[in-house]
Amino acid sequence: MIRVALPYHLQTLAMVGKEVSLEVAGQVTQRSVLNALEAAYPMLRGTIRDHSTQLRRPFLRFFALEQDLSFDSPDDPLPTEVARGFEPLLVVGAIVGG
Amino acid sequence: MGKVRVLVGTRKGAFILNSDEKREHWQVEGPHFPGWEVYHLKGSPANPDRIYVSQSTGWFGQLIQRSDDAGKTWTAVSNEFKYDGVPGTHQWYDGTPHPWDFKRVWHLEPSLTDPDTVYAGIEDAALFKSTDAGASWTELSGLREHTTGSTWAPGAGGLCLHTILLDPTDHNRIYTAISAAGAFRSDDAGKTWKPINKGLVSGHIPDPDAEVGHCVHRLAMHPSQPNVLFMQKHWDVMRSDNAGDTWHEVSGNLPTDFGFVVDVHAHEPNTVFVVPIKSDSEHFPIDGQLRVYRSKTGGNDWEALTNGLPQKDCYVNVLRDAMCVDSLESCGVYFGTTGGQVYVSANGGDSWQAIVHDLPAVLSVEVQTLS
Repeated sequence: MIRVALPYHLQTLAMVGKEVSLEVAGQVTQRSVLNALEAAYPMLRGTIRDHSTQLRRPFLRFFALEQDLSFDSPDDPLPTEVARGFEPLLVVGAIVGG
Repeated sequence: MGKVRVLVGTRKGAFILNSDEKREHWQVEGPHFPGWEVYHLKGSPANPDRIYVSQSTGWFGQLIQRSDDAGKTWTAVSNEFKYDGVPGTHQWYDGTPHPWDFKRVWHLEPSLTDPDTVYAGIEDAALFKSTDAGASWTELSGLREHTTGSTWAPGAGGLCLHTILLDPTDHNRIYTAISAAGAFRSDDAGKTWKPINKGLVSGHIPDPDAEVGHCVHRLAMHPSQPNVLFMQKHWDVMRSDNAGDTWHEVSGNLPTDFGFVVDVHAHEPNTVFVVPIKSDSEHFPIDGQLRVYRSKTGGNDWEALTNGLPQKDCYVNVLRDAMCVDSLESCGVYFGTTGGQVYVSANGGDSWQAIVHDLPAVLSVEVQTLS
């Protein structure tokens, strides 16, 4: 199972806790994980990546293992620790005031 | 005995305010969607328990929520607003072409007769329609594809379609208003559109009486006189007696004719309310005195309504979707401020009280009159 940690507002929207666990078929990439996440929680469609372009929304980042994976190709394999479920893929919102 | 349900959208969530027909004592529910900007929420006239909400943030984009039980529970419905075809460009602030790009939903207008049908006015300006209670959205692209569309330019708040009026006597007639393109009318249920801006004069555009380019802030109509429209423009309060074909100014003795809101009394089609704001450079009331102005003559002759409103040190704004009226026997008038107050008058504006004082900045106020 792949672990994905969500920011607070997406937790409340999807009515889940800090992390969700997902079955991901095939290679574990940003795209396949987000596809699985949106299939399990349709209300998250459009909130992490754009409906049409499938690009990451600008105020979000993807972290894992203390690395910023945001600018990796969405089809690159995620680190083994994430693919094996030892570590979560973190979806992180930018810090902002107001 | 009647009652009212007031739907308030704010910078940090939605609130629902309930009262009986006296409108003296209020129950406050919320925040719903805490931390999210709620530009607008509105109930279906055909089923008051059905409420649609526009919810957004810069981080997570746009959501549309729907309630079928008067706000007790919510369901996220489709948030996919895809322009029809290849959308092309409109003008950017500097006059250069800029691609149409969906940013947010400013206004949701439920059908007068079908609770599953709702219209959405979006930024960058376009009109969408859902006939399945928000499960999917289709652009009524005849508006954006009007021959003038490529010349539309945003106002300071963005290129937003913020007003949708549905003619209760002619289901094919729809009015919209766009900042800063102007007002438009469709007589074929949204397929084709024509600009209805004759008579408007705007100093901020090269040709002050151009066909489009006017920063219309709000339109209002009384259901018994659907051919009579009132407009709060960037500057000027305007009136049309022929469904927008031509307009004439009715600012009359207003102390300033800049403002955002305009609305019409529920039972007196010629009684109109505005909230004058000092200027386009200073978005607050003149001299710190919050005053609603009422005309009982359809414009030109205005009286200041001050009873119960702060008359010193008040520097709030009242945004374009933040005024409404109920249809109880004694018409209630409501407005919300950027300071977080929501005011009610249960007697057509003669006196006012604050329902709440300290909400986040109010973006929109709608009221449902319930039996």
